[in-house]
Amino acid sequence: MTVSNAGVTAPPGKAPSDPKRSPGRSGTRSAATGKSLRERDRSGYLFVAPFAVATGLFLLLPTLYGLWMSFTNQSLTGTGSEFIGFANYAEAFSDPQVWQTLWHTVWFTVLSTIPLVVVALVMALLVHTGLPGQWVWRMSFFAPYLLTSAVVSALSSWLFQPDIGLLDTWFAALGLQPVGWLTDENVAMFSIAAVTVWWTVGFNFLLYLAALQGIPQQQYEAATIDGAGGWRRLFSITLPQLRTITGVIVVLQLLASLKVFDQIYLLTAGGPNGSTRPILEYVYDTGFTNYRLGYASAISYVFFALILVFALVRLLPSRKEA
Amino acid sequence: MSVAELVADRRTRAQQERAENRALTKLTIGPSPWVRVASLAALVVLAALWLLPVAWGAVTSFKQEAEAALPASWWPTMGWTLDAYQQVLSNSDLLIWMWNSLVVAGLVTLLTVLISAMAAFAFSQTVFKGRSLLQWLTIASIMMPGQILIVPLFRQMQVMGLVDTFAGIVLPQIVAPVMVFILKRFFDAIPSELLDAARIDGAGTWRLFWTIVLPLSRSILVAVAIFVFIGAWNNFLWPFIVTTDPQFMTLPVGLSTVKNAYGVQYAQNMASAMIAALPLLVVFMLFQRRIVQGVATTGMGGQ
Repeated sequence: MTVSNAGVTAPPGKAPSDPKRSPGRSGTRSAATGKSLRERDRSGYLFVAPFAVATGLFLLLPTLYGLWMSFTNQSLTGTGSEFIGFANYAEAFSDPQVWQTLWHTVWFTVLSTIPLVVVALVMALLVHTGLPGQWVWRMSFFAPYLLTSAVVSALSSWLFQPDIGLLDTWFAALGLQPVGWLTDENVAMFSIAAVTVWWTVGFNFLLYLAALQGIPQQQYEAATIDGAGGWRRLFSITLPQLRTITGVIVVLQLLASLKVFDQIYLLTAGGPNGSTRPILEYVYDTGFTNYRLGYASAISYVFFALILVFALVRLLPSRKEA
Repeated sequence: MSVAELVADRRTRAQQERAENRALTKLTIGPSPWVRVASLAALVVLAALWLLPVAWGAVTSFKQEAEAALPASWWPTMGWTLDAYQQVLSNSDLLIWMWNSLVVAGLVTLLTVLISAMAAFAFSQTVFKGRSLLQWLTIASIMMPGQILIVPLFRQMQVMGLVDTFAGIVLPQIVAPVMVFILKRFFDAIPSELLDAARIDGAGTWRLFWTIVLPLSRSILVAVAIFVFIGAWNNFLWPFIVTTDPQFMTLPVGLSTVKNAYGVQYAQNMASAMIAALPLLVVFMLFQRRIVQGVATTGMGGQ
């Protein structure tokens, strides 16, 4: 990603400086003021303004407004916006629905993250062998990622359709009992996790593939000369080189899985019997079905606290490396 | 370049690629034919598994409605038909939703790339009061998941009169602090001498941005744009919350909330799904290399 420094003529009397890592400190200095040209360029705030305004309006403002709402009893119908202190939070912590949906969210995250990392790794290792058909493999593994959640849920609920669906038909042909893929409380979450793996694994697959392509080939060549076999090369070169990227993928995946909503809402609407309802759907139900905006905001912030823990974990290693 | 040259160029590139792949095979799994066959078999099985849901949906979409409701068979006994496609195209708002999705995703992409690139340029190549504070705020806002803002944001849209408008769907989606950082990293690598030389020649900051920084960064801008477009095209939660009028719905929202008045029609459901899936799949087939690169470089969030 580095832009080459070659071919750039340095202004007279000025040795080429380090490609600027510290903006505003390097660069050509004017003899009269002792300030760099960049430091005299005052129009930066004009460039940052559109982004700053958009962030202020659509991120900062709702964040603060939501926090305020969480301390009120505001309703979607417009009535009531009295300050009620921590009442919403007290209710949230003693609300079994909050704990239950939080647990579903965590359970889904565990069920989906593990295969989403492992299957992606296997796919990338297989494709990175350079075997013929590269275009086909990439296409088939990544294509589902390009489908919108509505299409994913339409396709998968058709597979899961009781009796006439493909899976039940196959099970019947094998002489097995039909399974309530989306209607059995013990099965539904697994089905949803499987659909999610099918849908989004292609993204992690691409990240792994890019990382594999970054491993210098000389290492393999050296290992081959030393007589290391295919398995040895896999375990001694390839996998150790993927340690960093695996850490990044795991954290990105955890953060993505915790925010699950689309596929669960569309496939089971949180059912059967609320057994798959994630916390984000509880927020939605509380705010937009039961009109309790204040309480919904409070639950959002409890959820936010959970996500923040993961987000901070994500920032820590990258800061150490920087 | 003439067509013949282009074709020849493509052919040599394909040849090169094949040679590289053969070398890669030797390096990774070695010369053993058994490992090769086993790996290839694993790839075939995985790919078949991954294509199965789409293939099954496609077969169903070409069946007659009466046959689709019978136990699954891969080969329609009542013959192939385009009835389902005809029905959904004439009886639903599918094409309107598709157009809406295109407009929304296009606007989100354009605006996100523009304002993110401008902000990244400001952070990277200019000095102004409060720059470090703003940069710090931008980093902090990366951690803010948009999903938890649906409640206050919806209320805000009501007050601003933006419910059931394109502005209401688009604007909250254009805030992408991660993209600012990905772009800033790229802009940081542009040699300061290049910009200073232009400054000495009297180029204003706008000119620097448009004629030097943006053209130099074409590859990363395309990568970011692809990533943002896929995200916006597939986004469900926010458009779902902020639209109630089918005329303003995007494809995912319209498909999943507006139900057929005649009960469940399996073939028609699959036909709609196929039509909805088509645009991005075609784009992917055309620009596979670019998209794969774009997702890989942007997906890491600049790490």
